[in-house]
Amino acid sequence: MAAAFFYLFSAVLIASAFAVIVARNPVHSVLFLILAFVNGAGLFLLAGAEFLAMILVVVYVGAVAVLFLFVVMMLDVDFAELRQGFSKHLPLGAGVGAVVLIELGMIAVGWQSAPNALEAAQTPIAAGVSNTAALGQVLYTKYFVFFQASALVLLTAMIGAIVLTLHHRPGVKRQKIAEQNARTRENVIEIKKVPSRAGV
Amino acid sequence: MSFTTALAHHFLPETILTLGVLALILVGSFRGSRAFGLVNELAIGLLGLAILSLLFGGDTQASLFEGAFVDDAFGRFVKILTLLGSLVTIIMSRDYLQRAKLGNFEFPILVVLSTIGMLLLVSADNLIALYLGLELMSLALYVAAAFARDDARASEAGLKYFVLGALSSGMLLYGASLLYGFAGTISFDGIAKSITGAPPLGVVFGLVFVLAGLAFKMSAAPFHMWTPDVYEGAPTPVTAFFASAPKMAAVAITARIVMTAFPGVAAQWQQIVIFLAIASMLLGAFAAIGQTNIKRLMAYSSIGHMGFALVGLAAGDEAGVRGVAIYLAIYLVMTLGAFAAILQMRVEGRPVEKIADLSGLSRNNGTAAFYLAMLMFSLAGVPPLAGFFAKYYVFLAAVDAGLYALAILGVAASAVSAFYYLRVVKVMYFDEPAPAFDHSPLSLRAVLAVSTIFLLGFWVYPAPVVEAATAAAKSLF
Repeated sequence: MAAAFFYLFSAVLIASAFAVIVARNPVHSVLFLILAFVNGAGLFLLAGAEFLAMILVVVYVGAVAVLFLFVVMMLDVDFAELRQGFSKHLPLGAGVGAVVLIELGMIAVGWQSAPNALEAAQTPIAAGVSNTAALGQVLYTKYFVFFQASALVLLTAMIGAIVLTLHHRPGVKRQKIAEQNARTRENVIEIKKVPSRAGV
Repeated sequence: MSFTTALAHHFLPETILTLGVLALILVGSFRGSRAFGLVNELAIGLLGLAILSLLFGGDTQASLFEGAFVDDAFGRFVKILTLLGSLVTIIMSRDYLQRAKLGNFEFPILVVLSTIGMLLLVSADNLIALYLGLELMSLALYVAAAFARDDARASEAGLKYFVLGALSSGMLLYGASLLYGFAGTISFDGIAKSITGAPPLGVVFGLVFVLAGLAFKMSAAPFHMWTPDVYEGAPTPVTAFFASAPKMAAVAITARIVMTAFPGVAAQWQQIVIFLAIASMLLGAFAAIGQTNIKRLMAYSSIGHMGFALVGLAAGDEAGVRGVAIYLAIYLVMTLGAFAAILQMRVEGRPVEKIADLSGLSRNNGTAAFYLAMLMFSLAGVPPLAGFFAKYYVFLAAVDAGLYALAILGVAASAVSAFYYLRVVKVMYFDEPAPAFDHSPLSLRAVLAVSTIFLLGFWVYPAPVVEAATAAAKSLF
């Protein structure tokens, strides 16, 4: 049963990855990308990595791919123009692609791991500990420095995005919440005595 | 070793910089647009503190955080160079950025963040640490390249660097995944232990991809295509930064990974390093000849110099690594000095960057012309300046390792490259004077003078650098 699902997920994954590249409409490309992600998540589930599967769906499908979709739909990218050089660059690109493909094939056929690789790669998880809990046990202990370094990478990305895009424009009217909250009836309301039938 | 011992003793510069940069961000956010000067000075203080902590810290070797990082003499040597590069960049950048209306406090913060990445990279002892350090370094560099966001050339430089940098990170990760697939472990030591006998094709492929990714970061040919455009387009202080600190880190991690993870397949990576070295030296020598822009000239010059540094690495022994370490130190001083001179090229308030703008500098400003001429002689490798000794040590290592052809090609490339360095001297001393440069700030004149004096005086007392480099090389074996 698991084998059947493995082949199902793998086949759909490869087919949709191919469709991402060949689809004429870029929106279709992104939708196929989402399909590829979901099938990848299915493969993770079969391998017993349910945390990674959920992260893939939440982060890549939920955030990244949807953002792609917005960008593709909102930016007026002329895809016909982008494809113009296609036939000109095809021979070189196809040549490089073919060389890399043949090399990858040679690696795949002649693949061998070090004799102790399987042993070294295994990290036994104690029975009764879920995937997520097992990750949590090492994330803040063994891999604490990596966790902090990744945080610094994200901080840099945030600073970079602000530096490159934030424009301070003078003369823009902004909401001043503190000022709004500090308003009292005494200092903003002026009571005027209006005599009857005289107008203001 | 407890976690706090590791942080306080062996990871002190990284800890200082990380905590410090967070404080700098707070200072900058509170003071807003007035913060540039203060944050600049605080960043200089932080980097200086980190250098002091390395100079007066312990000299023991230790593996940190369950084998993620290593603290050794080689790492400390390169870290000091890296920190020095960042420190001098920040000192030199202030005047330029303020005049170009780019005086935002984010610039020193980005430089410090990038420096943290370089320090992590230099001491990385497994593949995840290597990748995280590399990304932290590069991400801040991408932003710095596009820092002048209203300038079309700078934006183009940033985008070009970003796209090609992402591609190279992808190649590096692919190689790393193949290595993990083979060895079942990400630690350099574990990879070295798992390779016994002739390596299978997968390992060689992984090695090639990892080296390609690293060669991109140090801009060794044939992975140099981005360098001239990015160097020319980015603001000049950013170019000075690109040409100095990141190169130290990239060459150092390349040396570390081939020496500690692949000692068993030396024949395989030596081929690659020799190819990179020859291609970079020849490209640096010939492509720079036709350049008219001094920043582009320095870009090709830096490609050539990376080639010379790799000659030492190709030797693959302790003398070779010592040569690389000495080369990096002297290259750093020469580059920073040259950029201190380029940053002084300013006519009526506007920066100029053509070689022709240097015409007759000897008659307008004799001191600056002399310093720059000495720098050019040193870059060309004329004895008895320090640039000659840098090349001497790497070629000596190559000859001792039996790589005669490589050493001869290197000397030939060095002779060719002397042409364009000497042309700058000829333009300065024998051409009709161009409009004189503005009076330049003290910081730039000081950097230029100090670096030239170092290069002139190196042969009198080379012991501190050579001894530190010898100890550094020893710790890798």
